[in-house]
Amino acid sequence: MIKDNRTKDYKSIIQERVAKNSFKRKVFNNFMTVLLFVFVIIAIIPLASILFEVFKNGVGALSFEFLFSPPGAFGSGEGGIGPAIQGTLIVVGLASLIGAPVGVLAGVYLSEYSSSSRSFAYFLRLFNDVLTGIPSIVIGITGYIALVLTLGSFSIMAGAFVLSIIMIPIIARVSEETLKLVPNTLREAAYGLGLPKWKVVWHIVIKGSKSGISTGIVLAVSRVAGETAPLIMTILGTSLFFSGFNSPVDALPLRIWRLASQPYPEAHEQGWGAALVLILLILALSVALRMFAQKRSTFKSTT
Amino acid sequence: MNKLINYRILGISLLAVSLLVPVYVNSVHAQKVSINGAGATFPFPLIDTWRTEYQKVNPDVNLNYASIGSGGGIKQFTEKTVDFGASDAPLSETEFQKAGSAVHIPETLGSVVLAYNIPEVTTPLKLTGPVIADIFLGKITKWDDPKIKELNPDVTLPSENIVTVHRSDGSGTTYVFTDYLSKVSPEWNQTVGKGKSVQWPVGIGAPGNEGVAASIQGTPNTIGYVELAYALTTQMNFAAVQNQEGNFITPSVNSTMAAVSAETSTLPSGSESWSNVTITDPPGPDSYPISSFSYLLLYKDLSTNPTIDEQKAKAITEFVEWAVTDGQQFAESLGYVPLPQSVVDVNEATLKSLTFNGNPILTN
Amino acid sequence: MPPKDSKITHAELVKKLDLQSRKSFIGDKFFKGLVIGASVYTLCMVALVFFALADGSVPIFMKEGINFVIGTDWNAVEGRESFGALPYIIGTLVSSTIAMAIAVPISIGIAIFITEMMKNKLGTILSFIVELLAAVPSIIYGLWGLFVFRFWIRDYIEEPLHNTLGDFSLFAQAPFGLDVFTAGIILAIMIIPIITAVSREVIKAIPHSQKEAAYALGATRWEMIKTAILPSSKTGLMGATFLGLGRAIGETMLVTLVIGNAIGLAAIPTSLFSQSQTLSSIIANEFNEASNDLHLSALIGLGLVLFVITIFINVAAIYIISKVSKSYSNLRE
Repeated sequence: MIKDNRTKDYKSIIQERVAKNSFKRKVFNNFMTVLLFVFVIIAIIPLASILFEVFKNGVGALSFEFLFSPPGAFGSGEGGIGPAIQGTLIVVGLASLIGAPVGVLAGVYLSEYSSSSRSFAYFLRLFNDVLTGIPSIVIGITGYIALVLTLGSFSIMAGAFVLSIIMIPIIARVSEETLKLVPNTLREAAYGLGLPKWKVVWHIVIKGSKSGISTGIVLAVSRVAGETAPLIMTILGTSLFFSGFNSPVDALPLRIWRLASQPYPEAHEQGWGAALVLILLILALSVALRMFAQKRSTFKSTT
Repeated sequence: MNKLINYRILGISLLAVSLLVPVYVNSVHAQKVSINGAGATFPFPLIDTWRTEYQKVNPDVNLNYASIGSGGGIKQFTEKTVDFGASDAPLSETEFQKAGSAVHIPETLGSVVLAYNIPEVTTPLKLTGPVIADIFLGKITKWDDPKIKELNPDVTLPSENIVTVHRSDGSGTTYVFTDYLSKVSPEWNQTVGKGKSVQWPVGIGAPGNEGVAASIQGTPNTIGYVELAYALTTQMNFAAVQNQEGNFITPSVNSTMAAVSAETSTLPSGSESWSNVTITDPPGPDSYPISSFSYLLLYKDLSTNPTIDEQKAKAITEFVEWAVTDGQQFAESLGYVPLPQSVVDVNEATLKSLTFNGNPILTN
Repeated sequence: MPPKDSKITHAELVKKLDLQSRKSFIGDKFFKGLVIGASVYTLCMVALVFFALADGSVPIFMKEGINFVIGTDWNAVEGRESFGALPYIIGTLVSSTIAMAIAVPISIGIAIFITEMMKNKLGTILSFIVELLAAVPSIIYGLWGLFVFRFWIRDYIEEPLHNTLGDFSLFAQAPFGLDVFTAGIILAIMIIPIITAVSREVIKAIPHSQKEAAYALGATRWEMIKTAILPSSKTGLMGATFLGLGRAIGETMLVTLVIGNAIGLAAIPTSLFSQSQTLSSIIANEFNEASNDLHLSALIGLGLVLFVITIFINVAAIYIISKVSKSYSNLRE
């Protein structure tokens, strides 16, 4: 009891002095608190406005026809974005087929094999970070030169290749980080049972951090699903459904871009509708991502 | 674990859908012929209408047109990655040589109008070529400049700065507009020149006709150039422009028609070089001075492109024949000008001369 | 304990183990090869990007030389071709600077707010919302910027500034809503979530003892932030800023829609409300339409310039961040 009283005394004395000396400081403190709160509001207004506008303007366009049929005649406001949805699924799916294994394996190298060659690992990490930072339009130019010009046509393959280059460093980074979370004791136990290294890595390390790796893949997929600039230079866009891997295809961000630059309000409404579909697609992926992330953190805490 | 399995099912089903849908679509369209074209953005609304309308006429033919710009159209046509190209500018002499056996099919006509937004002015403005050039050169900066006043004595013009709006993306519209300015203003010809994208001395660049129009409508005291088709559908104010004979002509389907009729007597045949064909600044009392053909580019012998087989060659030729005849009925409602009969005759002759492995394609 | 009736002789056992280890040796070799293959593939992609750009821009550097970087002329008209990248380099720097001036204080403020002042559910929700902003594709920012936001900026920010401070050359030009200022603000909105996420992680990493020490000395919360948090996270926050800068410089579609797209000398902004053009926006504007080989090469050359600038920024960011914390990596996106 006595002890408590004494701390209280000290506390009150200090508080008194602080209050006496620094009314100004307190006001400033409150001012800064309010200012930071204002910052948060400032940041949230755009998000609210974007979501609001996309839903308000886009929801009217949604219909079965809109989702599954090809675009109608220019400016008619008929038809839909079927080829764009299909194209986004195909191109992003193919990009994942290239990007996911390469990214994960590069992550495995950084986490499990890098001790054998430090300088190679250093360069790999550096180049990986550089690759993350290259603007997507520059990667688009690369795809145009390397694939479109050499193969002679705008194609799904070029688009998937370009998107995979954007995916690889993201997936590699996240994979490396999650693989490193696997406790060494697990690895040692597996070695102790006489397992060769590749089995340890495959069955213990990779399978043990599946959810973390999936997080990385989902993150990368949601990033490239919204890419526009590199697609203009590789898949070009079309009004038709899929017609072969070496011909042009449509994609949602491209369709939004084209609809937005048409001179008719009907087209703008379809553009907002396509934006709504794209946002829903990416939000669904983000929510899935958060679920994976939660899984990962439980794994982390139990170990 | 249960959740993970759910995700896996979700992922697999998504993948399956994305792979199955194309298979399904392909099987449905198995018997169809796909014609791939690419090029100018200027005729895109019309060609896109043809795409859906021709489906009704001939359901077995799928038309796929990518509006990537005239330059891209010429490039893809020359590299034989498309079945036909489209361009607002004819092939230049070097391009014509490079492309090998190309024929020009003028498929439609369009005009470029000067749209403006001056809240105080309701009567249509009158402008001459040199004045337009001076405005876009940044030499006339105020709306009440004496040169504009002189042309519009009855209009009270505000003493406000002129804001010019141009296209930011390379465009056939820009080509037609700068082609006209180069003809009427020596200074423009010297300093800026004509091209699909030029170095604008002043002004705001907006993407697409839409961007230009939105910029004009959204801001007072602006002037810019857009296609007639668009100016008509959005009810913008646009200027009457003085033609060669000194008359001020309001752009319309009729005045464009007058311009083309004044020039058609000199058209070359389809397989010759069209590099000198231009209908800007034409003679004739009723001709609107800023108009242009838009061209489809076809291979004179369609087997030149190895991806075209005989069935496809026939489909392409029949489609183009439909487009330049029956297809013209859709032009006017979109603000394009239907081809005059004289041009259709030139086209018919050109189409009859097309061959596949040396054999004529159209037999009737 | 081996079973007593085991009939395997010692020699057989050795043989069997040898066989097994050889099998796993082959498995190990194969898997290691696979992993190294993937790593080499990643390196090759960087090399491919570089060589494609370098190869494609040879013609323009042959023709223009150093003038390509310091020239201000941009003329694609046949017969008078001349290409200089300087206006777009300046446009890129100006729009990114505006974006950073707005985004950095706001992002760091939000990061502090979430980590230090909102340690409850609301803070979690807030950080979730900010992360959602990061997931919105830039084309949708562009759509919203073109149809909605530019009118807000013109009517509520630019017009008042122009009307009251129009005598200063910075605000002298009549505002239009499509200019370097609008582009900078929308870029700021786009990179705020990125900088916030990294900053939050940096601030979280500061040991509690530091903050407690500041409080024990009688500091107010703001003084604690100023004396304990900001100095020790300075380099980390710098790194976060660089990452945001990298994104702002490379952004394409959004900028193209709102920056006004001037060409050549006219693209050098003379006031806050000038139309301009960035390296990436002019590439997007002209790439598909460039039929002339030199024009195409010039656009690829702009890509090379952009590549060099972003590599420089990213290497700087990596260097700074690696000095501070290694936990930034998950959040780079």
